[in-house]
Amino acid sequence: GSIFIPILSCKGAGNGRCGTIDPAAVPADLVDKLERLALVDFRTKQGLACLEKAVRFAGQLHAVDTSGVEPMDSVLEDRALHLRGDAVTEGDCAEELLGLAERTVEEYFVAPPGMAEAAFMSSHQLPENHREE
Amino acid sequence: MLSLTLKEVSQAFREGRISPTELCKKCLNRIQRTQHLNAFITVTQELSLKQAQQSEIRLSQGVPKGPLDGIPFAVKDNFCTENVKTTCASRMLKDYTPPYNATVVQKLLDQGAVLMGKTNMDEFAMGAGSVDGTFGPVRNPWSYAAPYRAQTGASSDSDWVVSGGSSGGSAVAVASLTSYLALGSDTGGSTRNPGALCGVVALKPSYGLLSRHGLIPLVNSMDVPGIITRSVSDGATVLGVLQGLDIRDSTTVPAPSSLTDLPEDFDIRNICVGIPKEYHAPGLSEETVVQWSRVADLFERAGARVEQVSLPHTQYSIVCYHVLCNTEVASNMARFDGLEYGHRSTMDSSTEVMYASTRHEGFNDVVRSRILSGNYFLLKQNYDNYFVKAQKVRRLITDDFRRVFTSGVDVLLTPTTLTDAARYLDFTQEDNRTRSAQEDVFTQPANMAGLPAVSLPVALSRRGLPIGLQLIGPALEDKKLLCVAQWVEQRVAFPSISDCGDIQESRKDTGMTEREQTSAV
Repeated sequence: GSIFIPILSCKGAGNGRCGTIDPAAVPADLVDKLERLALVDFRTKQGLACLEKAVRFAGQLHAVDTSGVEPMDSVLEDRALHLRGDAVTEGDCAEELLGLAERTVEEYFVAPPGMAEAAFMSSHQLPENHREE
Repeated sequence: MLSLTLKEVSQAFREGRISPTELCKKCLNRIQRTQHLNAFITVTQELSLKQAQQSEIRLSQGVPKGPLDGIPFAVKDNFCTENVKTTCASRMLKDYTPPYNATVVQKLLDQGAVLMGKTNMDEFAMGAGSVDGTFGPVRNPWSYAAPYRAQTGASSDSDWVVSGGSSGGSAVAVASLTSYLALGSDTGGSTRNPGALCGVVALKPSYGLLSRHGLIPLVNSMDVPGIITRSVSDGATVLGVLQGLDIRDSTTVPAPSSLTDLPEDFDIRNICVGIPKEYHAPGLSEETVVQWSRVADLFERAGARVEQVSLPHTQYSIVCYHVLCNTEVASNMARFDGLEYGHRSTMDSSTEVMYASTRHEGFNDVVRSRILSGNYFLLKQNYDNYFVKAQKVRRLITDDFRRVFTSGVDVLLTPTTLTDAARYLDFTQEDNRTRSAQEDVFTQPANMAGLPAVSLPVALSRRGLPIGLQLIGPALEDKKLLCVAQWVEQRVAFPSISDCGDIQESRKDTGMTEREQTSAV
């Protein structure tokens, strides 16, 4: 009398993009968008296959009738949670925190230029021999 | 001495049969001799000895801080420890040394407990085997004990079985007698799963009872620090120390009662035990079913009421978890960008390039694929279809439990895992997602609903490996749950690993990675 759903195996579930339309198939432009959001450099064939399997696996949720059901984001939803007073109780540890970063200048974290700025700089770069002057 | 329970050691200290320093040295020595299990990422030898000496002074002056003073403990490497590396078994945090202690760690230190080190795990706690961390897989100590060796004729080194996960190192630390208690974390079963496979008691308390401050988050609404011990009563002692409101974690709730010792003679006749019929799942081993029935019969013969119950939506728990976990991971992992702490790539032509290459270099494929699919589920066009849908299913799963518990059921009795521990070679035939779905199938629903659950070992399988059963109780009824668990523990007579032929000691041919484990005293 088991009503457990079968667990899809990752094996053999790989190529979901051939043949009939697969709701789990992820179009290329969407992959680019996701990559820009996720920033994990996973635009590979393997990354895509994994994503499609993950989407297909999640699709099993659609078998559940949830009409009229409120979404639940915490098991403590019915409780008044404790909030502490809105006052600073600790801090003054900037040096300690800056010490954890790979690169800092004075009291700043250092980031490379943003995408747009990097593009601008590379298109406006002076020839190498003019730099030092 | 090493196989004693926490209470017995505390007694031995008071009677002067052993001192905290002697015990600490014994444990360090044992860590050294069981290095092949790969349970520890960092061993804090110098610090351990220093803490043990301080404890010794307190004990000799007759002013111990409490029942944990001088007791060696281990901590999963996703809890922040001040001035001690905290890596999450990831390249991303390989050299990260936090400037503060997690609340649960601080509470143990405040009680005089002695930190032995940080334990191995699946990277960022994403896994169910402790095979997917950057420091290599954790080995189950029962692989080297006499019953497994004799029953399976296992001889070659490749026959070792996994510890379960993701808190495998913590379960192994307790099972292999190098620590008397260990902290794990439990989001989908990560404490109970290795607890069951390694033959130790593993408690996931009610959500909110223990502070998450300093626990590097996986899924904020389900993460709970887990407690691994050798006996139920030890688990209750540790829970009593750790529970309660924390000003630094607004999702903590006040403890319903101060946890006094569990009664030795709990009256089981007033208890109603529910057996959820949906837990008869495909893949459940026959031997586990036999143990499940055996314990149900124990209850019945002792006069408890045993009833079959139904949790119709529990079957969707794993899929629901898959969506909720990946979405929260996508959001939680955004903090790792190489700027403020952790690994930073040298590719720095732009901020975005640096972020992406840092995360590519720092995270393993499991983490990256969860981030990617989490972002997919969170896209505007998918948000309602996946994320909100999963949140609705979560309510249905939670309501199932509520219905059963308000109908008069006190505890649910289920298996913890489908089978005993798999051989590493077999386990790694499937990918991480598939394995997590199989391994967490019985444990995950309790996290959905925030319920307390405990796994305890009940027997050795034909292969000579531990089989665990799980008890689940209503929210914040942790004490009653432990009373029932102790009642079972007293009757199943699970053998100690030290009575099963000692663990084979570290050998040269295991091919384990060399770690900065300085030699023990």
